[in-house]
Amino acid sequence: MKRILVVDDSAAIRKAIRRIIEPLGFTVDEAGDGQQALTYCAEWGSVDAILLDIDMPVMDGLTFLRQLRGLAGMPQPTVIMCTSHNTMNNIEEALALGANEYIMKPFDTDIISSKFQQLELM
Amino acid sequence: MTAPDDYRYLSELLNRSSGLYLGEGKEYLLESRLAPIAEQFDLPDVAALVRRMREGKDPLLAQAAVEAMTTQETLFFRDTSPFKALKEHIVPALLPARRAAHQKLRIWSAACSTGQEPYSIAMLLATLTPAVLPGEVEIVATDYSPKALVRAKAGLYSQFEVQRGLPAQLLVRFFQQTPAGFRIADEVRKYVTFREQNLLLSYALLGSFDVIFCRNVLIYFDRPVKRDVFDRLAAALTPTGFLLLGAAETPYGVSDRLVRAACQYPGIYVRAPASARASLGMAEGALVA
Repeated sequence: MKRILVVDDSAAIRKAIRRIIEPLGFTVDEAGDGQQALTYCAEWGSVDAILLDIDMPVMDGLTFLRQLRGLAGMPQPTVIMCTSHNTMNNIEEALALGANEYIMKPFDTDIISSKFQQLELM
Repeated sequence: MTAPDDYRYLSELLNRSSGLYLGEGKEYLLESRLAPIAEQFDLPDVAALVRRMREGKDPLLAQAAVEAMTTQETLFFRDTSPFKALKEHIVPALLPARRAAHQKLRIWSAACSTGQEPYSIAMLLATLTPAVLPGEVEIVATDYSPKALVRAKAGLYSQFEVQRGLPAQLLVRFFQQTPAGFRIADEVRKYVTFREQNLLLSYALLGSFDVIFCRNVLIYFDRPVKRDVFDRLAAALTPTGFLLLGAAETPYGVSDRLVRAACQYPGIYVRAPASARASLGMAEGALVA
């Protein structure tokens, strides 16, 4: 079963994402900020994809992404931004840092499953 | 479970905003689609979401709810397979001869609705290496609904629409963000010509096509109509042309004018050789006789 890490400081958003992707057949793990996500990646190693918010305390999503992509020898999962930063500049910046896809909040079931299909996660 | 009054409210809203009729007994559908929206807006449940919608103070919330309720049939790059086939098999098979003859490759997007399919085809052609230029191809996009065509021509999509099937890389490259939504760039738009066309009426004025996308439309027609449409689509194909159908559609057992294309991709048909039809006793002459 494919494993997805959901990184968002809002428990409500993590729950909303979990509710959508668990029935699609994924195992879901959660982290509340970028630092927790880095620790998770170091300890668990591989995860198939990360759904990543931008605005978070301790370490924001783009800082996490920059660090993750800079880690030589670390498995590099697919990263899908999932954020309310909804401008073209935000999207371009995240793609340039190594994000594979971008979801603008609010999302619905179709948007998430369409992105997963695009990235051949399902 | 959604309360009857809330259900009625949501049904009416859906009908007003998208013309869709929800019918009775779809409470589960609404609940499963709206619960994630409620959570994102930090509301405890769907009832609270409806209360907030009724206050009418948050247009983004109302839009998110309507988008989540509608069955989405208008994705960009709907099903990856036909677009893969176009890129890997059809364009390489047909374009060199058209280029050599200084003729345009003609593509018909039949029943294009609000334009996602023809614009997807155009974006794909623009991103091939080397790119197929607007002067080398003509994409004719048709629909029976003038209302859908107005939207298609405007090429203006909501934040929700541009996230269904459209890779973020293409969003950034081919769309401009405006206060009204995301607008498709002129460099994509100039590949496409929109026309009103009812699939049940003659296609004679459209000319013939190298490629016809007619996907997920025929499922709504009964068998005699299907046969008529298949026969006329076959007649609208050039002798080397390809017809791309939806996953649940096949001319097999309905029309003898089309046969599976000899390629690895599903849902692709070519004109049946006349000899094959004659051998089945179903050639045009046989029918007339």
